[in-house]
Amino acid sequence: MNFPILSSLILLPTIGALFLLFSKDKNSNTAKYVALFTSFINFLISIYLWYLFDPSTSSFQFIEDRIWLEGFVNYKVGIDGISILFIVLTTFITPLCIISVNNTVKVRLRHFLIAILIMESLMIGVFCSLDLVVFYLFFEAGLIPMFLIIGIWGGTRRVYSAFKFFLYTLVGSVLMLVAIISIYWIAGTTDIIQLYELSLDIKYQNLLWLAFFSSFAVKTPMWPFHTWLPDAHVEAPTAGSVLLAAILLKMAGYGFIRFSLGLFPVASELFTPLIYILSLIAILYASLVALMQEDMKKLIAYSSVAHMGFVTLGIFTITQQGIEGSIIQMISHGLVSAALFLCVGVVYDRMHSRLINTYGGIVSVMPKYSILFMLFTLAALGLPGTSGFIGEFLVLMGAFKDNFLVAVIASLGVILGAAYMLWLYRRVVFGNLVNKDLLKIPDLDNSEKFILWSLAIPVLFLGFYPEPLINTIEVSVKDLIEMYNFNLNMYSQEVKK
Amino acid sequence: MEIALLFLPLIASITSGFFGKFIGDRSSEIITSFFVSISALLSLILFYQVIVNNYENNVVVASWINSGSLNVNWSIKVDALSSVMLVVVTLVSALVHIYSIGYMSHDPHKPRFMAYLSLFTFAMLTLVTSDNFLQLFFGWEGVGLCSYFLIGFWFKKDSANAAAIKAFVVNRVGDFGLVLGIFLIFHLFGTVNYSEVFQQIPQIIDKDLLFLGIHIEAIDLICILLFIGAMGKSAQIFLHTWLPDAMEGPTPVSALIHAATMVTAGVFLVVRCSPIFEYSPLTLNIITVVGMTTAFFAATVALVQTDIKKIIAYSTCSQLGYMFFAAGVGAYNVAMFHLFTHAFFKALLFLGSGSIIHSFKDEQNINQMGAVYKKLPYTWILMIVGTLALTGFPFLSGFYSKDAIIEFAYLKGNTAGYYAAGVGVFTALLTSIYSWRLIFKTFHGTYNNNKMKIEEIHESPIVMLVPLILLAIGAIFAGFLFKDLFISHESANHFWGDSIKFLKPLNSDHPPLWIILITPTLVLLSIPVAYYLFIKNKELPNQFSQSNRPLYNFLVNKWYFDELYNIVFIQSSKKIGLFFWKTVDIKIIDKFGPDGVSSLIKNLSLRASKFQSGFIYQYAFMILIGLSALLTFLILY
Repeated sequence: MNFPILSSLILLPTIGALFLLFSKDKNSNTAKYVALFTSFINFLISIYLWYLFDPSTSSFQFIEDRIWLEGFVNYKVGIDGISILFIVLTTFITPLCIISVNNTVKVRLRHFLIAILIMESLMIGVFCSLDLVVFYLFFEAGLIPMFLIIGIWGGTRRVYSAFKFFLYTLVGSVLMLVAIISIYWIAGTTDIIQLYELSLDIKYQNLLWLAFFSSFAVKTPMWPFHTWLPDAHVEAPTAGSVLLAAILLKMAGYGFIRFSLGLFPVASELFTPLIYILSLIAILYASLVALMQEDMKKLIAYSSVAHMGFVTLGIFTITQQGIEGSIIQMISHGLVSAALFLCVGVVYDRMHSRLINTYGGIVSVMPKYSILFMLFTLAALGLPGTSGFIGEFLVLMGAFKDNFLVAVIASLGVILGAAYMLWLYRRVVFGNLVNKDLLKIPDLDNSEKFILWSLAIPVLFLGFYPEPLINTIEVSVKDLIEMYNFNLNMYSQEVKK
Repeated sequence: MEIALLFLPLIASITSGFFGKFIGDRSSEIITSFFVSISALLSLILFYQVIVNNYENNVVVASWINSGSLNVNWSIKVDALSSVMLVVVTLVSALVHIYSIGYMSHDPHKPRFMAYLSLFTFAMLTLVTSDNFLQLFFGWEGVGLCSYFLIGFWFKKDSANAAAIKAFVVNRVGDFGLVLGIFLIFHLFGTVNYSEVFQQIPQIIDKDLLFLGIHIEAIDLICILLFIGAMGKSAQIFLHTWLPDAMEGPTPVSALIHAATMVTAGVFLVVRCSPIFEYSPLTLNIITVVGMTTAFFAATVALVQTDIKKIIAYSTCSQLGYMFFAAGVGAYNVAMFHLFTHAFFKALLFLGSGSIIHSFKDEQNINQMGAVYKKLPYTWILMIVGTLALTGFPFLSGFYSKDAIIEFAYLKGNTAGYYAAGVGVFTALLTSIYSWRLIFKTFHGTYNNNKMKIEEIHESPIVMLVPLILLAIGAIFAGFLFKDLFISHESANHFWGDSIKFLKPLNSDHPPLWIILITPTLVLLSIPVAYYLFIKNKELPNQFSQSNRPLYNFLVNKWYFDELYNIVFIQSSKKIGLFFWKTVDIKIIDKFGPDGVSSLIKNLSLRASKFQSGFIYQYAFMILIGLSALLTFLILY
């Protein structure tokens, strides 16, 4: 290993943030360009990384291993096919967020940008850490900038929402910390690659699994740990919502794949029915609740809960299609939900209202906006030809292999998805323009057009040609499933003896 | 050639949709019409090649999804079945494009409209030329999407928006079945390509599946699921509610999507999957019954409707029912034949009614019309041609296809077959009555419109009449010319080749003479009857409806399907959603979850803080208690 490319990915945004922190220039435009430049360079590096990445093997690549706490924790990072996609997603979404702050953030722009850049560092860290303690640090530290983003730049109930978000996720994660410490005592290491090789004792697996689950279930969020999400989204500024929906939620799905399946296969098998039931409830329940929302952001937040229900469902089918579908669904949801929150942000900046009944008939004043919003609406309801379809379809296909009834019930969510998304779109965009204030609002400006099209193009492209994603993850997912089944077999043989 | 055929409409759509503003209304109209016409020409050439040379081809355009063992391509499959569909789709589409130039002349959003029409054509072509279930599903959803756009084209009308969403969501219910069917196919066969699936079908004939505790044969389950999809798209009973509402869209849309092409996709699906359906007698019987019921149900409703387009919409629903029961009795080729002839005369009727609506300045109520046959001579004649063809007047196209359906149903020889034949004959009579009711009320009798004077009524422009005339030619001759090709006994092997599978060769007996004669006789007789009822003695139908109020209300309200669904599905979903949100989320999860925990902690710490009172004697007392408790503990254990 020569050049520490992963570490530089992690550190570069922080360096940008430090630069902003100590710069004397108080001009907010300069700050924005610095942040944008940093995150864009980071995006280019990650693309280059994806290019260098070898998808034909599932072993971790670009590993960096440095002693940190002698004999206890090493700073160890590396990527496989699954993590690379999330890293690219992170570096792709962050610059778009930074562009979008133009209209949304009026005060302390510089500090806002610092928070976003640090956030980017931490999230990249989550997706490439190969040591449980390092992972935990990144995972938890991510809460802090998000807490600040909601608490300082949020809406009227921002303090309540920020605390709810922070405490809720913290409580879940504390148990994970306990589990990580006990893994260290049981196995003598927190190095993930080593842990993959030695299988953990069965008697600990269930408890450990539950501890990790408590953290991931809150973060996903799964029903019934989801109530922080609508509040957090409603109060967060647009860029915050985008980061939250597009990337923060994905950390949990990633965690389920990497740790729950990877470290505790026997427990995962045992708890699969639990996950199925909670996922199905999430899909149907959140869809029905979304149907009745009057606040656009809340509606999209609830739709996120439903979409993440598909993700957790797919992961625990332990089939090639199911897990690949889950990963694609996460990437797709990252793009689509980001776009939808940005779409809400666009009209919010103009009208300062998130309520659906403020709008209606804006297609006549904002035709360009309406086209893009329609595209993302369709992607959210999983229309073939958009990335949303590929994910949902593969997840359901995987679920079908495993359990017919589960697939049938989950498919009902697809019907509801069409209902709430189209109904939202109709009430906002179509109909007669009643509210006269709407007549004055301008259509998309150049930066908004740029952001939304940058999201629209991959959504469409991946809908027609998901090959780049599938190629990257295929071998990693395959080997993960093989390892999982191998461990299960070992276990069942032991039981027979 | 296949690639050009498929992608010309897409190019037209993109050009008109994205650059319509720059190239102007007229150029977008010309470009889209021209491109789609070329497509139509190419499909005629293909059709000719298929007829003469039994041409078959499968062009793989690109690969789509490769996940694990799931490998799916974008492809263009040409065989007898898809070539028939290609002709129907592109021909009607081209005529509708041209017609729209006249019909939409006052609309400010012409390029957008033309773009949607062309996009629809493209989606429909991907549906019919697919060689696998997934691309079929792509086209399936694609046409649904375009239908959504076009029904809601006049986005300021609330009713149009509601109808658009309804169409999409009800179709999604059908898609739910289709998707599960596809999953099941993939699960059992490990592939979704038609040819590979069809090859393996005989291997799973006796395979049982456990579904919700019931043992069901795998093949039956596949067929039922696929058929649910077909029911949604083809507006069969229970999933038909969207089609009449879809008439909120502009009339050319109704002609193209809701009469000739998209709604026949369900029939196409069943025929395409004939190698599967042939092995499932259970499903075939279900199809027969559903088709027959729909045919009858829709015809009864059409009898009493007053909106000209809704009458024709129910008529479409009813005719689709005929196609299904033809497929259900195993006469797939006859179903395709009726699909083929129906495309001509139903598009003709829709476009003709569009011409009437255009002349009446957007009036659709037939009670507001009448006596205008002299004012609209061409439309009048063309509508009569369409009506004659629809009702099965001897030697017009509907005569050949509809009678063949009834005969084959009769020849099937089982209960469902006889039953279907009987209902088919009776429905043919109803069809004739409601169709002539439409003609008489619209063109004859007295002029009843009080909004505009009869002098103001003008015939439609030539650009609208030419497509009508071409369709009328089809409606007259399509049956006679193509009957040997489609439904003669040789054709089952010769023309259709491998594209339709007949497990047993079709029954080649001749049906008894009375069954051949009964339908035409009834149809002929119904014309004077309708004339008497709706022109001569107009009181009679009114009296009848007065004295049979419940029956009349039942029919006018379309058997109360909408009301029922509203209560059972829509209102209850909303209530459950509200309950989950306001009660479960806020009052239970939040109250006992995060908010509850935080207030509990606050409470406890408030109490705990009271211990720090600062009074020495209290602390001393606590020490004493603690000490004695500790001592007790130590002594006891």
